[in-house]
Amino acid sequence: MSMAGSEQNKIPQPLWLLAELTYACPLQCPYCSNPVDMAKVKSELTTEDWKKVLREARAMGATQLGFSGGEPLVRTDLEELIAEARQLGFYTNLITSGVGMDEKRIKAFKEAGLDHIQVSFQASSEELNNFIAGTNAFEHKKEMARLVKKYGYPMVLCFVLHRKNEDQIRDILDLSIALDADYVELATTQYYGWAFHNREQLLPTRAQLKHAEAVAKEYQDKMKGKMKIYYVIPDYFEDRPKRCMDGWGKVFLTIAPDGTALPCHAARQLPGLEFPNVRDHSIEWIWNESPDFNKFRGFDWMKEPCRSCPEKEKDLGGCRCQAFMLTGDARNADPVCSKSPHHQQIVDLVNRVDKMAGKPAFEEKPMIFRNMKNSKKIIEEKESELN
Amino acid sequence: MLKDEKDKAIGPDVIPEIPTTHRLQWEQAQDCYVILYPEGMVKLNASSAEILKCCDGKRDVKTIIEDLQKQYSEANIEKDVLNFLEVAHVNGWIRTK
Repeated sequence: MSMAGSEQNKIPQPLWLLAELTYACPLQCPYCSNPVDMAKVKSELTTEDWKKVLREARAMGATQLGFSGGEPLVRTDLEELIAEARQLGFYTNLITSGVGMDEKRIKAFKEAGLDHIQVSFQASSEELNNFIAGTNAFEHKKEMARLVKKYGYPMVLCFVLHRKNEDQIRDILDLSIALDADYVELATTQYYGWAFHNREQLLPTRAQLKHAEAVAKEYQDKMKGKMKIYYVIPDYFEDRPKRCMDGWGKVFLTIAPDGTALPCHAARQLPGLEFPNVRDHSIEWIWNESPDFNKFRGFDWMKEPCRSCPEKEKDLGGCRCQAFMLTGDARNADPVCSKSPHHQQIVDLVNRVDKMAGKPAFEEKPMIFRNMKNSKKIIEEKESELN
Repeated sequence: MLKDEKDKAIGPDVIPEIPTTHRLQWEQAQDCYVILYPEGMVKLNASSAEILKCCDGKRDVKTIIEDLQKQYSEANIEKDVLNFLEVAHVNGWIRTK
């Protein structure tokens, strides 16, 4: 009677569907994973488009569905989409900032069959939370977290950690206990999207990480059986890359607000790929047949040092987007790997932050907050570079 | 989650049930039962699924073993069922009362 949780499928199925309903968001977190040129995306999928996506992905075997964004609460058809998804048999997760939520909607989501709510916080103190979020949301978020529990949902609290809040780790975990979270995700910033632009201001020091890791471990032991705490180690501090998305086109399917289908939410930036759109193609064709979803499946695309590496089946060469952002070629090894000839640039950056952190001239450099105005500015800058 | 103070270790007299945070479901595309929970899924083999289907919050472990024994004539079923229920309990797929 053994469980078969780790059984591998021969033909991969898209088990996880991430529905990015909109790029609109009342928050402005400077580490947002949405693309920095999100202002280019004009037309969002309609309710009927989304229902078709849900039906087709479910027929392909998807079980987990995340409603995300942007802020998914901005969509007024969210209740309708939840009901459709639940009726199809998805386990429905709402990934939200809580801004745009009230008791009436929480109740309506429950009636529609929503299974779980993940609420993000930006910090454990009002001042820092509101600064990072770019809006006065802290008290409202706490109130929403209480209501999520009141209505019987399992609740995940998500904290993205970086240099400005990493030292609050103890308060963050105490806040999670006070709010009766079932799960806590302590996710150190991954440097994609807006976070990549703000890397120097967000990257923690090694000392901060060491402290955070120790406190997380202490609380994991203390809360065993009561609250599950996930602590995600930031890969800039590792010497082997993460098995990104569990493989390209293997488990995850992201649908962006305009219907673009992606093997992960960061992949949109990769050059030479024109990801298919659900307006033009079925999910089945996109997943099984489209050239882009097949591009990094298997091992044939790999270059050295991955191609002959004995660990390639374990980490699959790491993250394609990170390889592209840091080396200019998505087929290169993820530079997090110490075998990558580009690894030194990550080490240099971590060393630089260690040396400069706390110095006023370094810390005062403003972060670029995630909003449509800044997105338009970045698009203009890129275009003028090209001309 | 195992938050309930009344949650007891697996034994003949406790009544196991699948918590409201989790869902046991047949998946046609996988050709197996799965347990779904926030942002996760575990695929189950046939015997594990048969045991979990009995965790209905009504029957105690003793009765579950008796009921399964009637369906399967294998020897040692009691030990296997208890072992699996312990794994399921540790993982939070069931809670007890």
